[in-house]
Amino acid sequence: MAALIEPPLIQTERLTLHFGGLKAVDGVDFTLRPGEIHGLIGPNGAGKTTFVSLLSGRRMAQSGTIRLAGEDITRLPAHQRVRKGIAYTFQITSIFPRLTVFDNVALAVQLQGARDLTTRTRTALARVGLQGLEEQEAQTLSYGHQRLLELAMGLALNPRLLILDEPTQGLAASEIEGFKDLVRGLIPDTTVLLIEHNMEVVMDLATRITVLTFGRVLATGTPAEVRANPAVQEAYLGA
Amino acid sequence: MKVWTLHLALLAVLFTAQFWLSPYHATNLARIMVLAVFAMGYNLAFGYTGLLSLGHALLLAAGMYAAGLPAQLWGWTAGPALIAGLAGGGLMAAALGLLALRTAGVSFMIVTLMFAQAGFLTLLYFAPITGGDDGFAVAAASRTLLGFDLSTDTPRFLAALTIFAAGLLASLVLVRSSFGRTMVAMRENEERSRMLGYNPFTVKLAALTISGLYAGAAGAAYAILFGYVGASFATIQYSILPMLYVLMGGAGTTLGPFLGALLMFVLIEAATGVTTAHQFIVGAALVVLILFAPKGLLGTLRERWVRWLP
Repeated sequence: MAALIEPPLIQTERLTLHFGGLKAVDGVDFTLRPGEIHGLIGPNGAGKTTFVSLLSGRRMAQSGTIRLAGEDITRLPAHQRVRKGIAYTFQITSIFPRLTVFDNVALAVQLQGARDLTTRTRTALARVGLQGLEEQEAQTLSYGHQRLLELAMGLALNPRLLILDEPTQGLAASEIEGFKDLVRGLIPDTTVLLIEHNMEVVMDLATRITVLTFGRVLATGTPAEVRANPAVQEAYLGA
Repeated sequence: MKVWTLHLALLAVLFTAQFWLSPYHATNLARIMVLAVFAMGYNLAFGYTGLLSLGHALLLAAGMYAAGLPAQLWGWTAGPALIAGLAGGGLMAAALGLLALRTAGVSFMIVTLMFAQAGFLTLLYFAPITGGDDGFAVAAASRTLLGFDLSTDTPRFLAALTIFAAGLLASLVLVRSSFGRTMVAMRENEERSRMLGYNPFTVKLAALTISGLYAGAAGAAYAILFGYVGASFATIQYSILPMLYVLMGGAGTTLGPFLGALLMFVLIEAATGVTTAHQFIVGAALVVLILFAPKGLLGTLRERWVRWLP
């Protein structure tokens, strides 16, 4: 019941962004409870990435509001939202390719003060299993390791909300298991919003799921509820 | 440790140079060190932060006139004049950044170029005060610092070396600091930096302002040490020169600007002795450099052999 009393971590009302005639995000009401792993699914082009871009501030909404723990952040620029605790990891890996692995993560760590920078950075890297690769140039890492580095940068920000945009894309099956454990370990300090195409991962990890199609919310509920929803089956799961 | 040893060794060698170089060459070396300060500032903006400015002549001239005009009009001595030059360069860079940093890439190049050109024309317009194209000589009385006459060889050389050393060591500390890492992050991936919580505008504004402090110091030092202030230092040529120095020595290396300034100076000297078409030889050297060592001499050295070079 605690989740009902606490204010939602994220609440959007009538959130909208149209690109010309394309209604990428079309009046979305969405609630994220503190401490949950919330899956965001939907067919390609449903507006998932655009929606989380609005949350993270990479794009600005045309109308509607976004609240972070009750505070209106609709007009706040992206870097200030990051400092308020919203971390975003990119769908297409976006690291600093010519910097060392250490420097990539240190950039996130140093924002929380310069003390023990080396230790804290090494800890953040060890958390995703990249210890020992500190001095390597980031672009020389394998793709899977680059994904993990991206994740380490997000985690190093100690966010209240971590937005993961297709984090398992390109990971090997063995790496996915480790990833799931890692995400579970973040709860309840960090709330996770997960865009994911891998249904097994979503159904396994998420406590709640929201389905988007054509920029609108089709359904929200537990994995079981969403799986049983006929509209979802028709629109997306194709079962 | 290695890094500090290398930089201090260079400074030590430069210190001894006054004893084994002829006065003519020592004066040239002082000039090179002053120009290298300008180039180090350019390198912080361009080499580390990725801001390709074509307007740094404006910042050099701001420092030069901020030091030279008070000396000329009110008889300021070298100390206050140098400080005024430093501030002049920094303030001009901050003002330029507030306007020009709304743009990026090619637009930033064009906007900085236009502001620098506007600055040059302003100097010509106010020729009765600025001396315009002819400029003016800085009075000997204003060229003294702590009792030393900076128009004489040894004090001039030592003053240039001191300013150069301060600039070099400050840039070394800066690029190895957290802020140095942030500057490089802006150059490498601005969007990612933003999503790590950095405001690209303020980071770039700070970097450009620091760059302006260097340019201002160099302009002021030039005015005081060599006794001349003129609008020719605000021309496009002086925006291009630091870029050439930095490209030749290695963008994003602490020692590259000095090496580039030194080599370019020597090259022009040598070419002038051989032919009147010395610009052609400089151009050819740059083409060769871009073809075979696009990262500049130290940039290539670092990539291939000396990984620890800052």
